[in-house]
Amino acid sequence: MKLHEYQSKTIFSKYGIPIPKGRVAATAQEARQIAEELGGRVVIKSQVLVGGRGKAGGVKLAKDSAEAEQLATQILGMEIKGLPVRKVLVDEASAIDQEIYFAITDDRAAKKPVMIASAAGGIDIEEVAAKTPEKIIKVHIDPLLGLREYQARDVAVAIDLPREYWKDFVKIAMGLWEVYKNSDATLAEINPLVITKDKKMIALDGKMMIDDNALFRQPNLTELRDTDEDAPSEIEARKYGLSFIKLDGNIGCMVNGAGLAMTSMDVIKLFGGEPANFLDVGGGASSEKVAAAMRIILTDPSVKAILFNIFGGITRCDEVARGILAAMEEVKPKVPMVVRLVGTNAEEGRRLLENANMITAETLADAAKKSVEAAKKGS
Amino acid sequence: MSILVDKNTRLIVQGITGNEGLFHTTQMVAYGTNVVGGVTPGKGGEWVLDGKLPVFDSVKTAKEATDANATIIFVPARFAPDAMFEAADAGIPLVICITEGVAVQDMMRVRNYLDQKKVRLIGPNCPGLLTPGEAKVGIIPGDIAIPGNVGVVSRSGTLTYEVLYAMKNLGMGATTCVGIGGDPINGTNFLDVLEMFEHDPKTEKVIMIGEIGGSEEEKAAQYIADKMTKPVAAFIAGQTAPAGKRMGHAGAIIEGGAGTAADKIKALEAAGVKVAKHPEEIPTLLQ
Repeated sequence: MKLHEYQSKTIFSKYGIPIPKGRVAATAQEARQIAEELGGRVVIKSQVLVGGRGKAGGVKLAKDSAEAEQLATQILGMEIKGLPVRKVLVDEASAIDQEIYFAITDDRAAKKPVMIASAAGGIDIEEVAAKTPEKIIKVHIDPLLGLREYQARDVAVAIDLPREYWKDFVKIAMGLWEVYKNSDATLAEINPLVITKDKKMIALDGKMMIDDNALFRQPNLTELRDTDEDAPSEIEARKYGLSFIKLDGNIGCMVNGAGLAMTSMDVIKLFGGEPANFLDVGGGASSEKVAAAMRIILTDPSVKAILFNIFGGITRCDEVARGILAAMEEVKPKVPMVVRLVGTNAEEGRRLLENANMITAETLADAAKKSVEAAKKGS
Repeated sequence: MSILVDKNTRLIVQGITGNEGLFHTTQMVAYGTNVVGGVTPGKGGEWVLDGKLPVFDSVKTAKEATDANATIIFVPARFAPDAMFEAADAGIPLVICITEGVAVQDMMRVRNYLDQKKVRLIGPNCPGLLTPGEAKVGIIPGDIAIPGNVGVVSRSGTLTYEVLYAMKNLGMGATTCVGIGGDPINGTNFLDVLEMFEHDPKTEKVIMIGEIGGSEEEKAAQYIADKMTKPVAAFIAGQTAPAGKRMGHAGAIIEGGAGTAADKIKALEAAGVKVAKHPEEIPTLLQ
């Protein structure tokens, strides 16, 4: 789960990391009022969960409150990479001397958290990493010991931070570690961390991602979820505990198991089709779940065929077949359906579906071919 | 011969009285696995499976009473980290965690702690292990695989069953099948298992099933190129997966352009691995 800039910075501030004065606004009038409170010169920043807001024109400097209102009107009407701007952050403008990149994230390969810093802050860090990897400093943190101050000091030295700022930097680093740890973040990023002309160190921008698997112990963060970037069908699927991702093709997929679901998409593509979705219906696959999945797949008008690929292990194929029958009764789908049942009680499952007007297949390859043909006929 | 588990495995089940734990304990015992007891805090002194298996309050007491040398964990995600720490502290050398949905930071702590204690962890979010004809330690259906000379290692569940089943249909059997799990931080990786298969005299060939996300397949490819003498066939799931989306498994995500199926296939092919176009094709590549 991603957090907005204003949400991330509010959390930073609670852990002693200095942030600019400012507030979030949903209307241009509010933005004007906040600008007036802050003395006029402000930055208006769109709050959407994508990168590259600046390049897209979603971050603008206003010299007074009237211009703040005007720019806020403009930005609040924008869409950035398909996402509507519903809120803007109005921050007091800072006179910047130096920009630094600083983040704490998970390093999958090392199985440890890692601090990442660069004197080349303010720009896309992946670009810096690709072009000038020597400008990126990485220091791993022992997850059992936590971040130690000397490690933060080592980073300050490595990015050539003047000595007078070491103390501030260490305080910010320790604060960001607490943010990362206590929020179950997978990323806590300050880009840029700036040194202002009046020699203060401030987190000008902030970004956080939270581990979905840890939300059970983060009730306050769970409330912050913004579902704007999710397709409506994905939000609906989440309610039923289905793992669903919408894609651009025309063959709907319902599969048990994530790896097999991905593979089914790949095999459809291999035989010349395009998958309409990823869907892991999970173990058990009760008729309620199957029906919900079928409804969600069929809300997409481009779906011309559905492929069911069930490998019965613990999941029994006859149960899934009953689920499919009950779901068909309820949803009454009009597109052709290809079904492949293998494993535990597969014969019984196939017998149950005999009169259900479905296309049956023995192998995954065969099922994929048949669904590609069916989708072609249907479109 | 086989790796990790066989008929000498003395297994306990953490979470043995829960729905999942009890169901799969029944299945494992029916397969012939040497299950010696289980743990559920607060239910010590009870018995399950018609009085055949004793339940203990802690892993420590279970180990003392049964001399267990492996444990399998079926407890819910929020309790699973504690279960793994407890198993390590009780001195169990092999821990298999089936549980899906363990928090990433918990897993970093668990992994680093277990490494210090030299405890081998399989999983989490995995189907476990199957040494056909000897021991089933996990949830892989026993009847879809036969004993043989192929080592199988995979990040997936049902996709692995698919491959074991395709192997069986060709009369091809497995030494051991290892499900390493679909999480970004796990206990044992491809590289570890490939090394074990390379040193296992019974294993003559290896099948490896990877997917998008992370760089463990690339590390495995390097090992295969440098050290491995046995033939390897592979499949990588997620060629059609969009970037930035988690494909069901917490670890199956293309981040910042890294972890694509194309990169992994390229690395494996460069190491001389035959990469299948679809899973049913994999066993035929080793014939």
